[in-house]
Formats: sequence, structure tokens, C-alpha cells
Amino acid sequence: MTLDNAPLTKKDLKSDQEVRWCPGCGDYAILNSVQGILAGLGIPRHQMLFVSGIGCSSRFPYYMNTYGLHSIHGRAPAFATGIKTANPELSVWMVTGDGDGLSIGGNHFAHILRRNVDVKILLFNNEVYGLTKGQFSPTSPQGMKTKTSPMGSIERPMNPVSFALGCGASFVARTIDTHQKHMEQTLLAAAHHKGAALVEIYQNCVIFNDGAFEPVAEKSVRDDKTIDLRPGEPLVFGKAHDKGLKMAGWEPAIVEAAQADTWKADHASPGPAFAMAQMQSLPGMPRPIGIFRSVEAPLFDHGMNEQVQRAVAKKGKGTLKDLIYSGEMWTVR
Amino acid sequence: MSTTRASNAELPLQQYENVVIRFAGDSGDGMQITGNQFTHTAAVLGNDLATFPDFPAEIRAPAGTKPGVSGFQVRFSSSDIHTPGDQPDVLVAMNPAALAINIKDLKPGGIVIANTGQFAERDLAKAGLASNPLTDGSLKAFRVIEVDINQRVKEALEGSPLSPKEVQRCKNFYTLGLMYWLYNRPLENTLKWLGEKFASKPDLRDANQKALQAGFNAGDIHELFQGRYDVKPCTSMPPGTYRNIMGNEALAMGLVAGTELAGLTLYCGSYPITPASGILEQLASYKNYGVLTFQAEDEIAAICAAIGASYAGHLGMTSTSGPGMALKSEAMGLAVSLELPLVIVDVQRGGPSTGLPTKTEQADLLQAIFGRNSEAPIPVLACSMPADAFETAIEACRIAVQYMTPVILLSDGYIANGSEPWRLPKVEELQRFPVQFLTKAPEGGFLPYARDAKRARPWVKPGTPGLEHRIGGIEKSHLTGNINYDPLNHEFMVRMRNDKVMGVRDSIPTPKPMGPDSGDLLVLGWGSTAGSIASAVEVVQAKGKKVAAMHLPHVWPLPKGLDTIFARYKAVLLPEMNLGQMARILRSEYPGVNFVSYPKVQGQPFFTAELVTKIEELLQTKR
Ligand code: SF4
Repeated sequence: MTLDNAPLTKKDLKSDQEVRWCPGCGDYAILNSVQGILAGLGIPRHQMLFVSGIGCSSRFPYYMNTYGLHSIHGRAPAFATGIKTANPELSVWMVTGDGDGLSIGGNHFAHILRRNVDVKILLFNNEVYGLTKGQFSPTSPQGMKTKTSPMGSIERPMNPVSFALGCGASFVARTIDTHQKHMEQTLLAAAHHKGAALVEIYQNCVIFNDGAFEPVAEKSVRDDKTIDLRPGEPLVFGKAHDKGLKMAGWEPAIVEAAQADTWKADHASPGPAFAMAQMQSLPGMPRPIGIFRSVEAPLFDHGMNEQVQRAVAKKGKGTLKDLIYSGEMWTVR
Repeated sequence: MSTTRASNAELPLQQYENVVIRFAGDSGDGMQITGNQFTHTAAVLGNDLATFPDFPAEIRAPAGTKPGVSGFQVRFSSSDIHTPGDQPDVLVAMNPAALAINIKDLKPGGIVIANTGQFAERDLAKAGLASNPLTDGSLKAFRVIEVDINQRVKEALEGSPLSPKEVQRCKNFYTLGLMYWLYNRPLENTLKWLGEKFASKPDLRDANQKALQAGFNAGDIHELFQGRYDVKPCTSMPPGTYRNIMGNEALAMGLVAGTELAGLTLYCGSYPITPASGILEQLASYKNYGVLTFQAEDEIAAICAAIGASYAGHLGMTSTSGPGMALKSEAMGLAVSLELPLVIVDVQRGGPSTGLPTKTEQADLLQAIFGRNSEAPIPVLACSMPADAFETAIEACRIAVQYMTPVILLSDGYIANGSEPWRLPKVEELQRFPVQFLTKAPEGGFLPYARDAKRARPWVKPGTPGLEHRIGGIEKSHLTGNINYDPLNHEFMVRMRNDKVMGVRDSIPTPKPMGPDSGDLLVLGWGSTAGSIASAVEVVQAKGKKVAAMHLPHVWPLPKGLDTIFARYKAVLLPEMNLGQMARILRSEYPGVNFVSYPKVQGQPFFTAELVTKIEELLQTKR
């Protein structure tokens, strides 16, 4: 029997199942980081639950020695909502990918965010379909050649962070699979957020889209090509911490570090976060990672149960007899 | 009983055994409310009754047109009845469109009450009528009573603070008052209802109450009728406490009851769809009974959330109609594979596709039994009457939790919106089937896919220390539930899931024929044909024919012992509101039996008369 109070180690969270991702896949690093931060949260293993849909990333629950549900394509948010509203005590984590979450499951993805169900959502974005062997996905760049787009994809990619902000998500962040420290910080912030927390993780698919994020994520260029959004801290980037961002009119502009604006992730409006999310459409701007948005919002799972408690408090707990013997009745003797 | 009753004793009071009234008017005329009020009053007077609302799919089609006609048929009786009746004795037509649509159903010699205030040139034009049926002789076969209800209501409510338009909205209560007079009914019940309904709007309350009273008085004053009619209380109803109940409401209550009997919390994940929305609405109003309801973003999310809730240890359920069933089928397959309890309610309607959303049909049977990819067996039950939906829903919950399986519960539009008196069960007599969650590893270790005598696997609530496990839609190893692609394990698991569902037979009773237990013909039904079949078989039995009726609440798996029952009759007649789906199944399950399929797919239930004709025709050819 597990001892409830014994502190967890990373090892405790590894299941006995053999991990079956391709060697070199970014998923390994993510699994490792998740196990690492979860062990330190002080939540007992039996209170943790992982839900996923279909895709490479969605095998994740099998590798976690917690409760887990590997569901059907795109629907993980709906399962997670059912689980969390049925038992708000559980720490519920959802794992999805760019195809599962944004294509087939786009509808549910939008609604779990807008409802603010207290679920931590990890979106592994590798800009390609892995499990079905390399077709383009809703986040693939225009022009990408795959077996289903031999002349190049003519689709405009969607930006998961912008989408989540548009849905009214209360927590939106982005991190990179190869940036362990940043990933752990970001996951930790998500874990501590009360409400739906989306973390987009740039994840390298070595088989079908190797190096997709290299231009911004590769170690030697990362500091110059990305900017870490840290609430309460100046928007500074660059290897020498010499560059900064400042809002100039409607759009951010690069300035000297000393002139940089201080980042706030809890503006009343998601406008500034949008400006950051869309910055990649401006040439020469760094790619933002870190925390775009973190605000308090009412919890859906709590609300659903609270209404039941309120109804019981007001009308008293109904019995079967109350239920059946109601309305207009008459007696036949 | 009543003080306002029988104010005019001079007219003769004729006794009838049963009467069928159809109220028909524009969707905006309040015919459903009128019909429901008449029904409630009949119920409280102790009549047996059955109702059949028939309304258009459009909420408000253009006023006065045929597509906008809404109808409500009520049959009330001093004897035991099973259907709302084939043909109305009385048709209340609030406008020409209502008359034109419904007149073909009226009994020859029946009464038409026509609101002449709505029969002007332009009203006829809106209904697409070239001539006025009130004057062109086309109603010769009926007794037509003309009342200018528009004008009468205006007079009755003179001095009311309501606007002329609002005054006209009280027409339905004037009409109801008139019918109360004609059928010797008291006004109290409806007066009280109006008092409660419009408690915060005294002007509306007063106006409607006044209109009701004025309609009643008009029966006396205006000498519209030659006589009044009465239908005595039904004395053959078994003793007990009764209330009038609609199918959707009874079904919702049955789910609450079934969950309580299992010792669980009910979790409803649904998406609104006609004619099933009433179940979600009803359950949403049961919050103080601990019911959790989730109106999902679509049909798929609805069932997925319900499965999630079942995984978390509640009893998940979802309610829908045919198109929603189609959307849910992948998730149903997952529930089969996860082996979690779940109740899926399909309130069938006319199809395919959007079809006839407000009309009834039984054509989702094969979809319910087989409509999933691969081998995905699910037990299927069917409600037969509005009140019986309560018990059938309890039975669905029982099978779901005892066998750790999704269960499909079929209802249809006819049951959902129809109503009848319900003899209330004694709560103490409802059989409990408490769920035992697994809370610690048994000796030898915890195996998520180990099985009990019913082949059900253990149910573990996440949050239970030491029993952490993962489940999913990939094929599982027998016992451990781990991912397994082995061919022989797959076949083993496919057979296991099927055997488990077929094993439900061990816990369900063999139905009993009503009537002779051998003979010329067995009329077999499932679902909402029950009432029509019982009525028709009673008619032919009274003529001395050796015909029995039997009903199947469990449509999959079929109960044991049917073969020996079938063998005792020369033929088995199967009336179905589809092209013969149950007949197809029975022919493959019981090859030697002479099944005669009798399909009707008109969005309408079977009439007693057409079934009697069919039965008699069969008996003739058999000779
Ligand atoms: S296909 Fe790509 S994403 Fe999938 S496991 Fe292999 S490397 Fe990872």
C-alpha cells in the first residue's frame, strides 16, 4: 500500500508500461519534466488523473503511474470536463496535440477554455500529424510539403495561443521541449493556476518534421530569437539581455533593454497578450514563450457542484418520495 | 366537489364511456396549454386518459398557415384505455388551417367547434383555401357549432387593462371554458393553475380566469348545444395514488430513482434536441436531488462528459434523438471497451437526417443494437408508455451498473410528449441494487479487467489509493487491461464483451402473453406500439378470437423462452413504426417462426382500427 504522506519521487510516477515513442522524440523530455514537477506538488498519486485523445502525445497517460483515460480523437476536453465536474478534488491533466486538440477536437478545446474547467492542458505542437505518418496539421506552415500536400499546403496555420486567448482562457503559456528549465517553470505555473491552464509546448517530431522549431528554439539562437514573458518583469531578451520590447502605438517594437515595458499577464483585456501572440507576423521580432495570460475566473467545476449545494440548502435534499409524489395527485380506492 | 359545476341543469346530461377531443389552432393559440389543462382536470376527476400532442417543428410558422397548426388530442374514459384514440369525437378548430388539416380525422357525425372570428377571406387565403368550409357544404357529415370566439372574448374582457392583442391571447381559455361546460367539468383546477401561473401578473390572471368563466357561461346562455355530456370516473383503475405524467418526465424521474437505488449520483451530459430536450430540462430542475447536469457544446461532448463522470464514479447518462445517436456512436464504442456503466437515452423521431423532428418513429432499433464500428454489443431497452418509462429507466440503470456496460434506452416522440395517469409506486418497494466500488486491492493484486460472475469488471473511483490504473480505447489484455495487440487476446476480449452482454438474459424475465397462451396469432410489440396493440387485441378477443398480445421491454438481448412462446401460435404479427426492423432480427434469431411484419412509417402511431383490420385479415387468410 502506498503511504499517503510519503513525498513522491519522479520514479513513483513512472508506470510499468514500456514507453513507445520514437527514439529522440520530444515527448520524452516532456514526460520527464511533467513527472518531475508533479512529484513536488504535494498531491498524492491517486488524486492525479491524465486524460488524452488520439495521437502520439495521447499515449501519455499510459506512462504515468496515476489514474488515466486514453479516450477518442479530439474529445479529451469533454472527458476531462466530465471527470473534473464529477470530482473536483482530482488534479486533472489533459494531453493533446495540434491535430487532436485543434483540428478534430477544436470545438471541445474552445469550450473547456471558455468554461474555465480547472484542468491543466498540455498541447504538444509538432506542426504535423505523427501517428498517421506525416500529413500536414492545422499548425503546419503554409507551403509545407507532405503526402497529402505534395505541392505544398495552401492552408494558413492557426496560432494555438491566439486561439486560446480568443476563447477567453484564464491561463495561456508556451514553452519548448528542449528547454527543460523553462518547461518546468511554465508547467509549475500552470499547475498552480486555479482554472483551465493551456501550455503550448513546441515539440520536435524527429520523424516527420524534424527541426521545425530550430530557427527559434535551437540552443545557440534561442536567447536572441525568443523572449520569455515573465509577469512583473521587463520584456528583455537577447544573449546579452540588451534588447527589450515596448508597445509603440498598436504594435510592439524592439528597444534598448532599459526602455522595455514591464510584462503583465493579468490586464483586464487580453489585448496585450494578443499583441504578443501575433508578434511573429512582424518581421524580425522574437518569438514569445512564457506566460501570456494568467487571470482569475470562476471555476466551472466548482460552479456546477455549488449550484447543487445551493439548491439542497434552499429546498432541502429531495428524497425519492418527494420526487415521485409531487404535482397534482388523486387517490383511487 | 365543485361549485361552479352544472350551472344549467335543464339540458340533459348524456353519459359516455369515453370521449376524444382534439384542440387545434395556430402554434401561437396556446393549444398545448388548453389540452394539458383539460387533461389535468380529467385526471383529477378520476378518468383514465391518454394524450397525444402533435405540433409543428417550426416554433412559430407564419400565423394562420397549415404548417403552423398545432394540435393536442386527449381521450378520457370511464374504462381502462391504452391509446389516445383513433378519431376525435370533437374537433376544436381555432382557424381555417386547423380545420382543413384535422377534419379528415374526425369521426363521422362528430362535432366541429369552429371559431368563426377567424374565418374571414384573408384567413381562408392564409390557409390556402379557395372556399369557406363552413359554408361550402364540405362539413355536411358533421355537426358544426359556430362561435365567434374572437368577438366573445373581446366582449367578456371589456374594461380589462390588457391591450386588444393580449385580450385575444385569452381565446384558448374561453374555448376551454366552453369545453368544460360541454363535458360537465369543474373550473377550479384551471382557475387555481392560472392563479399560480400568473401570480405576479394579476391582469393576465384575471383576464384568463374571466375568459374561462365566460366560455363556461356561454354554454348556458348561447344555446349552442343540444345537450351536455359526462364521462364518469374510471372504476377499473387499480387502487393507489395517481398523477398524470408525460413520458419525458417519467423517464427523467426513473433515472433519478435508478441512480438512487444504485447508491450513486446521477450525471447528465446532454445537448438539446427535439424531442429529447425535455429530459435534460427536467433533470436540470432536480438539482436539490443531487443531480448534476451538463449542457455540452455538442452531442459528442455530451456523451464523452457522461463517460468521464462514470469513470469518476457517478452514473453518467446522455439523452438524445436519432441524429445525436449517430454522432455519439464512436463514444459508445469507447464505453463498450472501457466497460463503464452509462445510460444512453434515444427518444426516436422521424428520419433519416433531420426528418420529422416532432413526429414519432421506431426506426433507430437497428442503429441502437448494431450501429457502431466493429463488435460493440450494448443492451437495449424500450419504454412502452409514458408512465412505464419510469420503471424502464430504473431497469436501464440496473443493467448498466451490474454489468458495467453502456445501456441504450429507447423512447420515442409519442411516449415523450404523451401523457397518462401513473399509479405511483411505493418507494420502499423499489428494489435496490447498491454498487460496490473496489476500494482496495484483492488478494493476489488488483486487476482492472478481472471479472465477477456476471463478467463485470471492478469499478474503481479515481482518488482511491493504491488502485491507480489506466484505461483506454486500445484493445486490452484480459485481466490487466494493459495495451495488447495479440490476435488471440483480441478474439477472446471480443467474445468476452459479447458474452457479458448476452448474459444480461440471465437477469431479465420472460414476458407473458396477454390472452390465450396458444392460438392463431400472437401480436408482438416493442416500444410505443404497446397501447395500440393492447387495444386492438382486446377488440378481437371480445369477438372470441384466439389472439394474444405480448410486449418486449428488453429488445437486446432478447429474453429467454421466446421460442417456446412463439411455437404456441400459428403466426406472430409485428406492427412497427419502421420497415420491419424487429421482424428482421427475430427472423434471424428464430428461423422457424412465421413472423408477419406490419410496418407503418408515417410519423404517427398505429390506430386501433387499422390493427384490428390487419389482425382480422390475417385470421381470414389463416383459415
Ligand atoms: S512520430 Fe514524431 S511525434 Fe510521434 S512519436 Fe515519433 S517522433 Fe514523436
